[in-house]
Amino acid sequence: MKGSSHFIRDSIRIVAQGSPAYFGWLALLAICVVQGLLAYQDQVETGLILTSMRDSVSWGFYIGNFTFLVGVAAAAVLLVIPAYVYHWKPIREVALFGELLAVVSIIMCLLFIAVDMGHPERFWHMIPMLGTINFPSSIMAWDALVLNFYLILNLSVASYIIYCANQGRHYNPRVVVPLVILSVPAAVSIHTVTAFLYNGMAARPYWNSAILTPRFLASAFCSGPAILLILFQILRKATQFEIRDDAIHKIAELMAYAMAFNLFLFGAEVFKEFYSDTHHLIHYKYLFGLLHGTASPLAPFAWMSLLFAIVAFLLFLVPATRKNVVTMNIGCLLIYVSVYIEKGVALIIPGYTPDVLGQIYHYVPSLTELRVAVGVFGIGFLLFTLMVKVSIRVLFTQPVTTPA
Amino acid sequence: MALWSCLTAMFAVGWLGCDVDVEHEDPHTAAVFQVSADDQLIAVPPPPFSEDVFPCSDCHEGEEVNRTRRVVEDHEDVVFDHDSENRWCLDCHDADNRDKLRLASGALLEFTESYRLCGQCHGPKLRDWKAGAHGKRTGSWSGKKQYLLCVHCHNPHTPQFAPLKPQPAPTRPENL
Amino acid sequence: MKSQDQTIQPAAKVSRRDAIKGLFALVALATTSGCKSDSDALDAYVQQNFREMTAEQLEEALSRWERRYAETFKKEVEVSATPAQEGVLFGYALDISRCIGCRRCVYACVDENNQSRAPQVHWIKVLEMEKDKGVNLHHADQYYDREVVPHPGKFYFPVACQQCENPPCVKACPVSATWKEPDGIVTIDYDWCIGCRCCVTACPYGARSFNWAEPHLEPDELNTKTEYLGNRPRTRGVVEKCTFCLQRARKGLYPACVEVCPVGARKFGNLNDPDGELRYIIENKRCFILKEELNTQPKFLYYYGV
Repeated sequence: MKGSSHFIRDSIRIVAQGSPAYFGWLALLAICVVQGLLAYQDQVETGLILTSMRDSVSWGFYIGNFTFLVGVAAAAVLLVIPAYVYHWKPIREVALFGELLAVVSIIMCLLFIAVDMGHPERFWHMIPMLGTINFPSSIMAWDALVLNFYLILNLSVASYIIYCANQGRHYNPRVVVPLVILSVPAAVSIHTVTAFLYNGMAARPYWNSAILTPRFLASAFCSGPAILLILFQILRKATQFEIRDDAIHKIAELMAYAMAFNLFLFGAEVFKEFYSDTHHLIHYKYLFGLLHGTASPLAPFAWMSLLFAIVAFLLFLVPATRKNVVTMNIGCLLIYVSVYIEKGVALIIPGYTPDVLGQIYHYVPSLTELRVAVGVFGIGFLLFTLMVKVSIRVLFTQPVTTPA
Repeated sequence: MALWSCLTAMFAVGWLGCDVDVEHEDPHTAAVFQVSADDQLIAVPPPPFSEDVFPCSDCHEGEEVNRTRRVVEDHEDVVFDHDSENRWCLDCHDADNRDKLRLASGALLEFTESYRLCGQCHGPKLRDWKAGAHGKRTGSWSGKKQYLLCVHCHNPHTPQFAPLKPQPAPTRPENL
Repeated sequence: MKSQDQTIQPAAKVSRRDAIKGLFALVALATTSGCKSDSDALDAYVQQNFREMTAEQLEEALSRWERRYAETFKKEVEVSATPAQEGVLFGYALDISRCIGCRRCVYACVDENNQSRAPQVHWIKVLEMEKDKGVNLHHADQYYDREVVPHPGKFYFPVACQQCENPPCVKACPVSATWKEPDGIVTIDYDWCIGCRCCVTACPYGARSFNWAEPHLEPDELNTKTEYLGNRPRTRGVVEKCTFCLQRARKGLYPACVEVCPVGARKFGNLNDPDGELRYIIENKRCFILKEELNTQPKFLYYYGV
């Protein structure tokens, strides 16, 4: 399309302009990315032995981050549903950022998978027709398909909206709304399938509980919007982007319900394990440092995660603290950290500790893993910053004609 | 000591694929036994005698036999700990012909058929051994299995296995 | 501003795609750069899944590996692809009343199957358990270090791939790099494995090992009679496990662990053979299966001989 080269040039011009703070931010992200690439290069040269993963704990920080980010990507849909389905003006424009966040999250997910694989160059073995994808038996195969589908879907919707805005006209709801409605089950699917990846492992009783999948969804719906709330407040201050307070409060209210559900499901799981008191309880004991004679490096984080989740819930439950800018933002940070710890390590590590033959290996991410993860997040944040900058400029400096 | 001769026999039998000629009936170098299922004759390696001890009749020939049950001090290299409260040498070794073993019925056995002697008391073991379910297993699962005599692994005088030094523990994951 | 009536493509989309492609290219280059011959490296990269290869492609793959091993080890290595025999279903029985935990099976396996010495890979894990607690994995120690074994009050429980009839690893693999052969052995195509470790996670018996670094094997430690799906030296980034010594079993021999066991605790054979020792054990001894409730249907039985 002939306009694309102009748009690319314009986009470059847009992202090349900004405040010192903006360039400082980009520089910081660039440092993160470069050091991440160097760490990954070490890993490619020597092997995954540079991580702390071993046969006993064969998935760790990388897959934990992947799991967390799938949740973030799915949660973008929380903002999409009210916007398009209920034609709610304050959220409609902000839903675009939800989609951009979803796109960037999925990209980071795919990068985390790539850095975790022993032979990422053999990824084509998973492509239907080209390779021999083990569909429908393998849940990982399902995950690969639905994640890529979700990525393409959100990317298409977001690009179409920006394309129309750039042309100075409103997007055609008849094109967008069905795709957006499709993105609702797509979002649920990516997170459900990722949950099934763990849930289906009969070898890992810590995950083999039916409540795992609903817990995944509940915690995703807590943490995803938290990022967006913070983002919108930043954008409101730094750009001409406008978002009304009641939109922010509505998102916060929805988050409160999600947090309540999340805590309830956690409580249900804890009851079942501690009351029934079977062998499977040992994994929860390890997580919370209750295993005699074993000092779990995970325990402080697990307790922190729980505490933060409870405090954040209370802050969001009480209307006064929910509406107060300071406490609301504290709540957002707390729930984000809580879910990050929960999905990142509190989900993965106890599933492997003790391992299937009863042996305990204390997994703590290595420096290489941390550096590569910072690099991946750097790439994600960088892409998101650039895309948001372009989108705001294009969306909010163009006169937009709304359909009759 | 029996274990070492057992292990040596392993190497000989297992790694060289040595399959003693079934037809050979020299009682000092080969033995055959009957497997009940299809009357198949199976060869075993020769009994693991201590050096120069066989034939026993080189020393034990035409002597007065003292049949009193007692602790025997000769054959210093033999430590006897096989139901020593109730058994002694001449329960298994024939008093008149030391080149043979004797069953409870008085029937004489070649040393190459010593499994029949063991089987008097250890019946279920003998059954398992003949089926291939007892003892070290080498050879072919689909063809000729290689068998050993009981005494290739179990010292008949001190049958209990001595504890072994285990091979090294695996490296812990944190040290890999 | 109005000059922007062109089609829109976010600038980020181009750079993102290129970044990912670049990343894969970098990785492909790095991982295939070990092979001296460029055409061999390319052929190896585009090689199909073992089960999809034509006879010709398989022959080429086998020669490619023989060349590569000759280069690496400066020795002639034979790589075969022996098919399964008809009418054979392999089974294994282990007598836990006899195992003394000497670990000779562990190291015989390492020698026979060309496992990496550094980092160490063991396909067999011997667990020391307490007699008064029975088979209880929460009181099992894989790393016991005794002067002599058996230690009083303990018994020993070796675990390796159970060659399940309903294998969770085969179900989990996203690229079908692992599957159950007609003779019941669960095998891995090391050249197809993407190293995602779904199978390692899915295995309830800890049977699968991942090559976290380049396997290290000295030429004088090499067993040169190898099978493509079995004991040929592996590369890093792929999963490996016990294959019932497929290279021996398919030629009628016993696995290395069976032959080396000094107390005769290990039994192996064709489950379909009515005269074999396995059938005898199943009918006359009290056999059990590890983690039976998981319905993996292992062909590895444990029993008490005495």
